[in-house]
Amino acid sequence: MKTIYQRVTASRVLKVSSLMLFVFIMLCLVSLAVGSVHVEWSVLLRFLGKALAGNFSIDSQEELIVFSVRLPRVLFAGVVGAVLSLGGVIFQALLRNPLADPYILGISGGAAVGAIIGIVIGAGSFYLGVPLLAFCGALITVFLLFIVAGGARGALMDNSLLLTGVVINAFFAAAILFFLSLVGSLELHSITFWLMGDLSRAAWSEIGVTALCLFAGFFLLYGQAGKLNLMVQGEETARHLGVNVERTKPWLLVVTSLMVSVTVALAGLIGFVGIMVPHMMRLLFGSDHRMLMPVAALFGASFLVIADTLSRVLMMPSELPVGVITALCGAPYFIFLLKRKSL
Amino acid sequence: MQIVSAQDVNFSYGENTVIRGVSFSVGRSEITAIIGPNGSGKTTLLKLINGTLLPEKGEVGVAGKNTARYTRREIAKKVSIVPQETSLIFPYYAEEIVLMGRFPHLGNYRFENKNDYSIVHEAMERTDTLSFARRRFNELSAGERQRVLIARALAQEPEVLLLDESTAFLDLKHQLRFLRLLKKLKAEKQLTIVFVTHDINLAAQHADKIILLYSGKIYAIGNPAEVISARNMKEVYEVDVLVDVGLQNRSPRITLLT
Repeated sequence: MKTIYQRVTASRVLKVSSLMLFVFIMLCLVSLAVGSVHVEWSVLLRFLGKALAGNFSIDSQEELIVFSVRLPRVLFAGVVGAVLSLGGVIFQALLRNPLADPYILGISGGAAVGAIIGIVIGAGSFYLGVPLLAFCGALITVFLLFIVAGGARGALMDNSLLLTGVVINAFFAAAILFFLSLVGSLELHSITFWLMGDLSRAAWSEIGVTALCLFAGFFLLYGQAGKLNLMVQGEETARHLGVNVERTKPWLLVVTSLMVSVTVALAGLIGFVGIMVPHMMRLLFGSDHRMLMPVAALFGASFLVIADTLSRVLMMPSELPVGVITALCGAPYFIFLLKRKSL
Repeated sequence: MQIVSAQDVNFSYGENTVIRGVSFSVGRSEITAIIGPNGSGKTTLLKLINGTLLPEKGEVGVAGKNTARYTRREIAKKVSIVPQETSLIFPYYAEEIVLMGRFPHLGNYRFENKNDYSIVHEAMERTDTLSFARRRFNELSAGERQRVLIARALAQEPEVLLLDESTAFLDLKHQLRFLRLLKKLKAEKQLTIVFVTHDINLAAQHADKIILLYSGKIYAIGNPAEVISARNMKEVYEVDVLVDVGLQNRSPRITLLT
């Protein structure tokens, strides 16, 4: 049997992560250049060189497009992709199910219902009012999942969890439609677009908040990577080997839900990233979470930048919601995983 | 010197009391076997020793300290357990599983160093698992998986090793290797071993002390010759056995009468 096994060491994690960071930056540059207005490479590099030198003045139409329209969007796509992939990694480990991700389990849906309630009752006029309600929605969903599917020990392993997610998603879809029927037709279009994932309207401050959640979340979660390696072998094993499961689990759930729900509140529903990315990374780099977490976050960032770029250029000059792209490649992948049983 | 002690311990899962008034002590580098019928509380007793379960009444001490006062990480440096079976959903390599035995010795944000790798290498050498170190755990046979789990428990460098039916899946060669390894570790590292088994002859032949559990109580405790008697087997297992003496080291040996 051929083996691709390589030991996970700090230097290897750093090496692989740096390489993937480089790929991510290259993809960002490509994404900044392409679109309805094509920007020449030399021009793009001149703009970036100028900005890096500390000169932020905007002198041309092209520069305006690159810095005010595309750059925030590309960076936001990267941050959102990283959060969703990292969320997928953590939920899959905690629930011991490789098909779990915030979208499939209805956690994104819960956040969406919270966010829409926020929009309807006008919580948007408070700073972070909508993300806060989204967080409540996400957390309530996590509790529901654990109560319904996690009653018996080990039940979280089988597909009853996924079924619970399906039911919760159906319920939230109905709730979302109900709230949509309450709002005016003008808001309807934008909410609908948001529901399918919209990376185009994030303000710099919102991108900042999401990025802060990502970096803080990653830092906190990465310290638990060794514990996750044990927890995927069952809570019993984790306890035997020295993990205080009762304290670690709620901590991981709250941090991850917070990170994911803020992202959903600002970016909308973008599905399947959290399943595809961790699975591919596990195939390539193994299941050690100390390696898996950084590479999944970085690859997820690259993946969503590609998906968002496609959503801009495929149907030029009109745009597709990025959630449509991720679902179009994610749903078949999910079915392939379900059929393939051995993971 | 005693390293594990239990005093008047009670434990129940909800309404169902599984351990009642159990007291015993285990001396350092002693091999103790726990035997008893299904559901008599053997595995529960192991979990009380490693502190994953805490007694409702009474107390369990490890190395002179109440298990309730240990952090999970601290007690995992002293006591390791080889469980009956572990199911894995994600693809880990055998070596990675053994490396996880180093977890209690590592901090957060840490990676294993040379010392950790040499401990893991030694544990795998001793359990004859090096040849499949780089194969996936799920793809191994039950006996091979069991040996990997034994290696993981050794990599924890415990003072007390708990075994839950660990010889059940091993072939004769590896059973023998394993039993020799246990005696070697006992002699070299003063390792204390507590094992649960259904194989009464195995217990009689290799244990210094046997605890016979019967519906959550200690029915008999002592050296093999004191515990393994036709009368005890009849009372506890409701079977008739013939007890004679083994040829190798004069330990009691039973034969089921059919």
